[in-house]
Amino acid sequence: MTTILDAVERVEPAELARAHDILEKAAGRSGALDVAYRMVDSPLGVLLVAATERGIVRIAFARENHDEVLQNLAEHLSPRILRAPARLDEAARELDEYFTGYRTAFDLPLDLSLSKGFRLTVLEHLLAITYGHTESYTEVAAAAGSPRAVRAVGSACATNPLPVIIPCHRVLRSDGSLGGYLGGLDAKRALLALEAAA
Amino acid sequence: MRPFERIVEEHGARVLRVCRAVVGPIDADDAWSETFLSALTAYPTLTPDSDVQAWLVTIAHRKAIDVLRARARRAIPVGEVPERAGTLGIPDDTAREVWSVVAALPERQRLAVAYHYFGGLPHAATAHLIGGSVESVRRAASDGIAALRKFYVTTERSETS
Repeated sequence: MTTILDAVERVEPAELARAHDILEKAAGRSGALDVAYRMVDSPLGVLLVAATERGIVRIAFARENHDEVLQNLAEHLSPRILRAPARLDEAARELDEYFTGYRTAFDLPLDLSLSKGFRLTVLEHLLAITYGHTESYTEVAAAAGSPRAVRAVGSACATNPLPVIIPCHRVLRSDGSLGGYLGGLDAKRALLALEAAA
Repeated sequence: MRPFERIVEEHGARVLRVCRAVVGPIDADDAWSETFLSALTAYPTLTPDSDVQAWLVTIAHRKAIDVLRARARRAIPVGEVPERAGTLGIPDDTAREVWSVVAALPERQRLAVAYHYFGGLPHAATAHLIGGSVESVRRAASDGIAALRKFYVTTERSETS
């Protein structure tokens, strides 16, 4: 038997989802939403994809801990963060197409504001390494204007806020071995295999 | 500062209860989303020691009052319980009755019940929001709850007889 207070207190997930939907749209229109995010399923596991009004600002693997990633975005960009899938529909679609082999380049606005200095220079260069091609850390260092900064290239890759879209997986050691990857070496291997198969 | 979405996850259901009790189930979605939109906008200025729940209930009160005023201008009776009440997940008839009883409470009782029982505000904070003495708010809340319980007892009796 439902008591009247139970009936008033009962909140179904669908009711909250409907209200949240109205909030997402209104927040997007009002300009109060600084960071929108959603989850995207991928062969590398669930990816968190976040965007500011300028563009995609962060992609995170599950092993990076999505709660911590959101907390970092709150501290470094803005706490005005909402789950708002609609703003990221296009990004989700392009990632899907990439993982199924139908897309070889991303056409998404990017927000690189999480990276500064030499790391930013490295990331900007990585965007020029095309699908199916690789470079060594040494080559990237030279291209970024600091041939001796090979280790710094490694750390720029390891802190890449936009993995997959900024293709740090296309950077290998000079001997052809994998080096590192923030999504794990299996993920790096899988991406290279995907691009080699195309 | 935590991502705002965490605040929505933690307090969303409570704020929706408050909104439903004040404006009814149909306009509750709008009152709720207006509340969280306003909270989202102001969120970065919130001080770390703030009582987030009380802050949200206070905003919900302002937004719900806006909804009630807009509705009064449209001259739709507050007591009207519309079709969508069935989305509560309980049988339509029961949901209608529930909301017609909540809606039929005198406004001070309804607000006192909403903010204290559903919003978790102390009576003093409710008094600050809706005016009057703490004692009068306490009385309004207990009269409101008594009226709701009486309805429940009556339905149960009529169902078992």
